[in-house]
Amino acid sequence: MKVMHCPLNGPRNIAEFITFGEVNKMPVPDTVDDRAWAEFVFFANNTAGVVREWWCHTPTNYWFIADRHTVSDEILATYTIAELFPEPFNTGESDG
Amino acid sequence: MKYLIIKNFHCSEQSVLKAYQIKFLSEKFPKIRLYVFGLRAKRGGHFDRIIRVCGILPLEQAMPFGLLKYGLSKRYPSKPDFVAPGDLKKSYDIVIVGGGGHGLAVAYHLACYWNIRNICVLDKGYIGGGNTARNTAVIRSNYITPESVNFYAEAVRMYGQLSNELGYNMMMSNRGQLTLAHSDATIRSFRMRAEVSKHRGTEIEVVDRQTIKEIVPNLELDIHAQPILAGLWHPDALTGRHDSVAWGYAVCAMELGVEVHQRTEVTGFEVVGNRVTKVKTSCGDIQCGQVVQAVAGHSSVVAKMVGIRLPIRSYPLQAMVTLPMKPFINPMVSSTALHCYVSQTSRGELVIGGGPDPYELYSTRSSLELKEDLAGHACEMFPFLVDVPILRQWAGIVDMTPDYSPIMGPSELDNYWLDAGWGTWGFKATPASGKYVAQMVAQQKVPEVLQPFGVERFYDFGLVNEMGATAASH
Repeated sequence: MKVMHCPLNGPRNIAEFITFGEVNKMPVPDTVDDRAWAEFVFFANNTAGVVREWWCHTPTNYWFIADRHTVSDEILATYTIAELFPEPFNTGESDG
Repeated sequence: MKYLIIKNFHCSEQSVLKAYQIKFLSEKFPKIRLYVFGLRAKRGGHFDRIIRVCGILPLEQAMPFGLLKYGLSKRYPSKPDFVAPGDLKKSYDIVIVGGGGHGLAVAYHLACYWNIRNICVLDKGYIGGGNTARNTAVIRSNYITPESVNFYAEAVRMYGQLSNELGYNMMMSNRGQLTLAHSDATIRSFRMRAEVSKHRGTEIEVVDRQTIKEIVPNLELDIHAQPILAGLWHPDALTGRHDSVAWGYAVCAMELGVEVHQRTEVTGFEVVGNRVTKVKTSCGDIQCGQVVQAVAGHSSVVAKMVGIRLPIRSYPLQAMVTLPMKPFINPMVSSTALHCYVSQTSRGELVIGGGPDPYELYSTRSSLELKEDLAGHACEMFPFLVDVPILRQWAGIVDMTPDYSPIMGPSELDNYWLDAGWGTWGFKATPASGKYVAQMVAQQKVPEVLQPFGVERFYDFGLVNEMGATAASH
């Protein structure tokens, strides 16, 4: 059994978690061109090495971020969202 | 010393099979010398193939001096399949990165049909050591989009003739494939696949429970909570010996002058302007006219070396094999809801495969959870398997694209060609991909059949969606 350390629930079986892909910045939909938008939607870095990813502990629906090595399958560190993004997300959309 | 002389050995397709029997005899009874009479045919074609398979010369050819020579020799005059080429040359017309089924098929087609012989195939390991020998050897064409059905149907037809074309026995066996539906929604998608196939010359039909019972009498139809409602029967489907596909292509390509360099890892590329000028390898740099990338499992990693980003995410896919048993399943049986497929090899082992791992990874280490799941689901379909031990297990890395279709076509560089994103559907496409990618590189133009599969489709949102026909229904 592989164990992941959840910042909220502590060490849990990895089967309780699902990943939502690499942490990346969404381009602003109103200003980005079609090609760059398609890249954002479909393309991936698919790095063989350390990646920073969104994960979710499904029984508690708790979202967090993990650093993982995609060759050795080691989970190097996990973070709460507030640790890495102290400021609220700016999606580029106007508030109006 | 005893002699066994085989008479009236005519050159036909039958005799290629017979040649294997002779080879078997000669290996089993090494003290008995085998000679063959009546092998009358021109050199080339079946003649050469028989010689290659048996490793023996026909008596007429060998007489009289050859007979004496081999009669006195302690060594059997057999010819090795692979002769390692010397050092890398300084330059090649075409460099193919990846010595799996795809890369070697492209090399063979370029050499045989386009008369381009100055080719090298590079592999960081050994040929056919990657996904060519890690898949579950299901060859089928029951897809859902007309583009895919056209392409895979041709691959299935080519596979049917491949042992003959290459003179290398791939033990192809026309078993048929049965995909199972456990819900109404799946039956609807089956109907659509059957309709599409009708118009594209592939044989598939939706069958009811009674017919399923006739095709696979041992299958448990009333699986708890997910009873089998209907099936999709695809009688064209084949299975075979997968690693011999790489070997067969390699042997024939090498006979035509292609150099296959194993244990030669590509470490980088030199790009000048919009062209790759140099391929850097662990055994030295080489200049190249054209480069074809065919590295299933590492498509993104190699493409990154030339600065190309691909719409690919890589996952491990796990499979396993049980102890051999008496034959009891003829077709390949695949369940959409259980994410499990089972087939029996000619040796009697059950091959059990499933869906990819839940998160991206470049490691081929298996996990107990996935294996337990697979074993559990296989036992739901065939409950009497509970006491059968697992003999071997493994994983391969699959390069999944967002639409579950491959990427074949040009890249943003002028002389760098992609054969990537083969996810869980690469083995079944090998001969057709070899044929058309070779044509594309030779003509410098994308053939019509490959046009839907270029990487550009993701920019135009022109996806070839095969998710339903692919996911865990190999």
